[in-house]
Amino acid sequence: MRKVYSRILQIVGDVITVEAEEVGNQELAEINTSRGKSLAQVIKLDGNKVSLQVFAGSRGVSTGDEVRFLGHRMQVSFSDNLMGRIFDGSGIPRDNGPSLVDSMVEIGGPSVNPAKRIIPDRMVRTGIPMIDVFNSLVVSQKLPIFSVAGEPYNELLSRIAMQAEVDVIILGGLGLKYDDFLFFRDTLEEHGALSRSILFIHTASDPTVECIMVPDMCLAVAEQFAIKGKDVLVLLTDMTNFADALKEVAITMEQIPSNRGYPGDLYSQLASRYEKAVDFSDAGSITVLAVTTMPGDDVTHPVPDNTGYITEGQFYLRNGRIEPFGSLSRLKQQVNGKTREDHRTVMDTMIQLYADFKDTKEKLAMGFQMSKWDEKLLRYGDLFENKLMSLKVNIPLEKALDLGWKIMAECFSPEETGVKTEMSDKFWPKEKLAAERENREDETEEEQEEGPKTVEDLNKQE
Amino acid sequence: MSDRTGKISGINGNMIVAEFEDYVLQNEVAYAVTGEEKLKSEVIRVRGRKADLQVYENTEGLKVGDNVEFSGELLSVELGPGLLTQIYDGLQNPLPQVADKCGYFLKRGVYLNALSYEQKWEFTPESKKGDKVKAGDFLGSVPEGIFRHFIMVPFSLRDEYEIVKMAAKGNYAGKDVIAELKDKKGNIEKVSMIQTWPVKLPIKAYSEKLKPADPLITKVRIIDTLVPVARGGTYCIPGPFGAGKTVLQQITSRHAEVDIVIIAACGERAGEVVETLREFPELKDPRTGKSLMERTIIICNTSSMPVAARESSVYTAVTIAEYYRQMGLNVLLLPDSTSRWAQAMREMSGRLEEIPGEEAFPAYLESRIASFYERAGIVRLNNGKIGSVTIGGTVSPAGGNFEEPVTQATLKVVGAFLGLSRERSDARKYPAIDPLESWSKYKSVVNREHVEYVKYVLRKSAEVEQMMKVVGEEGTAMEDFTEYLKGEFIDAVYLQQNAFDEIDGATPAKRQEYVFGVLHEILKSEFTFGTKDEARHFFHGLRQEFKNWNSDPWESDAFKNREKSLKERVKKQVKDKG
Repeated sequence: MRKVYSRILQIVGDVITVEAEEVGNQELAEINTSRGKSLAQVIKLDGNKVSLQVFAGSRGVSTGDEVRFLGHRMQVSFSDNLMGRIFDGSGIPRDNGPSLVDSMVEIGGPSVNPAKRIIPDRMVRTGIPMIDVFNSLVVSQKLPIFSVAGEPYNELLSRIAMQAEVDVIILGGLGLKYDDFLFFRDTLEEHGALSRSILFIHTASDPTVECIMVPDMCLAVAEQFAIKGKDVLVLLTDMTNFADALKEVAITMEQIPSNRGYPGDLYSQLASRYEKAVDFSDAGSITVLAVTTMPGDDVTHPVPDNTGYITEGQFYLRNGRIEPFGSLSRLKQQVNGKTREDHRTVMDTMIQLYADFKDTKEKLAMGFQMSKWDEKLLRYGDLFENKLMSLKVNIPLEKALDLGWKIMAECFSPEETGVKTEMSDKFWPKEKLAAERENREDETEEEQEEGPKTVEDLNKQE
Repeated sequence: MSDRTGKISGINGNMIVAEFEDYVLQNEVAYAVTGEEKLKSEVIRVRGRKADLQVYENTEGLKVGDNVEFSGELLSVELGPGLLTQIYDGLQNPLPQVADKCGYFLKRGVYLNALSYEQKWEFTPESKKGDKVKAGDFLGSVPEGIFRHFIMVPFSLRDEYEIVKMAAKGNYAGKDVIAELKDKKGNIEKVSMIQTWPVKLPIKAYSEKLKPADPLITKVRIIDTLVPVARGGTYCIPGPFGAGKTVLQQITSRHAEVDIVIIAACGERAGEVVETLREFPELKDPRTGKSLMERTIIICNTSSMPVAARESSVYTAVTIAEYYRQMGLNVLLLPDSTSRWAQAMREMSGRLEEIPGEEAFPAYLESRIASFYERAGIVRLNNGKIGSVTIGGTVSPAGGNFEEPVTQATLKVVGAFLGLSRERSDARKYPAIDPLESWSKYKSVVNREHVEYVKYVLRKSAEVEQMMKVVGEEGTAMEDFTEYLKGEFIDAVYLQQNAFDEIDGATPAKRQEYVFGVLHEILKSEFTFGTKDEARHFFHGLRQEFKNWNSDPWESDAFKNREKSLKERVKKQVKDKG
């Protein structure tokens, strides 16, 4: 049994300072307060003064309370028994199930050796055309969903969780509203996905420090499953609360803030979590999707800004849709050449036309004349937004591509879209193609804005 | 190794305070001992009997009272044959070997030899017994891949020496003595093929530093033509996230006309390093016909690796670059990104409770950045050969705002500024270098007057575009509208490049000069159009043809035919209305 200390010198925020010896950095301790037991972690050592952050918060901690050091870091149990279970930020069950203490693993372990990583090349199918067609999600990708408060980001996350073909889903709730937590639990249960899910939930009313632990708990468990060859999807919502919790602790510790009160190591803190996303050369993988709410819809706010520098792209959720501009999957090139041959063509052409539609809409708003071409674009934009962009649409990639061709054919002739002939001959809806041949229109070549073309595109047009 | 020790008296993140008895050296390497592990750290401040150390590893589990061993040496790297094709972390640990030893995860406290001490190299002497030599002079050479790797008199030797013993031609391992040197007092120095050098000091074993004059060809048109980079010069690439900084670095690392490329991935994504280290061995270097990896060294300290080692990673990289420069080679160093290094300084400065400067960056930020970029340069070596180090660093400004301290400190010391813009990358115009905001003090590969004219057209075009947003196309004069289309045309056919196209993706200097000449000629033509639609139609057609021309092999028949047809198109338009 290790020594018990009962001289708490200082209590500031959720950080207490106690006089103790032989204490390791980042070691875990247990505090016995009148409110019950709480875990605490060492965050600073100065001589025999040990500063600890108390997971359950310092409310009700007495200067005479007992502190017992445990001699190890924060740990989480790892076994298949975790499946279907729900825990809080300290790893304590919140589903009335038994607590798990076998095969404990330390959280926040070292980073993966880059030499052991591989270039990811497997697509995660989500059934959402704006993701599958336009910004494919790739196994081992780390992607944030940038959004403002009030957008249906949790619905989006749960849909992806339900439809993604992965072995294990790990959901980390950070500062989650209680009803959102219930929503996730019920949705997973309804779709029978709870049995392959593990939830670590910190709700808005729980102590701040536990919020900081949630990503590490999720990722430590994910890592263990990945090493065993499983494909794991980690969902985190919302990482802005995580950053705010870091800010709170940093300010308590009297650290000099760098930008809008956030600590100078915000980038490194976020990166050490996101970088856990990995595709192992001869084992499983971890894919991370994280909601980042942007205060004031401001992407230059420190949290989304630092996140954007770390992650491999981002999804912008705006007005209930995944915005095609600004949204980016940096890894899509690794997979979208191997799905169906028209994938890239549909992706490039439809986005290019949609950009033209946006220009036209602007012109319309300014009161400029609408040409015939403008009319076509307006019709196209309308169809695109309602039939493909809506988050209600739930179709596999191939169907979405077919639908893309159909929408284009509703509005344009093949030439107007700038699609190379070989492609349009093969994929342009047949009945439209026949009708087209009969009343071939005047050349409207001048209206064609071409997108980034591949070399074949250019050669074909010669 | 000295036997001085100290005891830990405080721990705050990756900073520890050690109380010592004897003496300590500023910036000396020390090891914090916890159980079996020894964690590398560096003395960064001394106050009284207490030394503040930054630990290059996670400090988890360290205790007050744990031992600290001082080494008496500054943080150094090993230099010798075998550096090429390696993948190191910021402390020059070879990562593939670490993976063999420790598996999937990095393990703290594991420090392997940077270079193999067993591997034999075929040594050929270049000097003989009795020769007078000084630091940096060639003693011999070994073949290293496609290069002749010169074994030099260690840079740390200050005097003039006489060679008293010289190894014969043959196979030697890295630490075998290949020469013995005698100084004026008669002391003998034994020299092997591997030497060490402290990373934070520049290597100065050359006769003079020259002015960077010759362009370094990157084969990226917008760079070489509008904002050129010089061999031995410096440039920076600031840009918001997603604007393509790293992609531009990758393209440069593939195509740049230099002997050796050193990639320093500092605090960025591991995935990007993986792309380089998995793809480069497969890609062929058109200059040598060998794999690109043979001319590449990767130093990687990605964002989740220990923060303090980010700083050492850029210094390790530049020291290795200087080492190869000493052999008369041209080296390109690409740190990505210097902002992460600056942030690491900020974190440490905060822990030291220093008075913060702007945005909490330390006050010495500017001088550190300046002295780092100053290590670039083109030099004449003692033997008359010329070698160079060019540094092109990316900057990741918070919020994409170039007014922040790191970007501003960098702009003061670099010779070229390649600013990436969000508007251009959103419009998928790659490379997203802003042609109007960016500048360079170096010489372009094409005619200067032509460049000035093209810049004028681009500016004018941007102005007209702004105006058109207010008055619409209807309200724009035909002349202005033509200028606008010309600007768009230049952008589409010259400034933008398709990185996936083998030919368009890399344009050699000769071709740039030629094509730019043709472009200039076209722009100078007196066009008159009846209607705006006609003008647009003409330029769109011209654009399509010009883009196809960009993909035609240089000086092929297709190239010549297309050029002819392009010129005819222009002639027809000018004559029709003329």
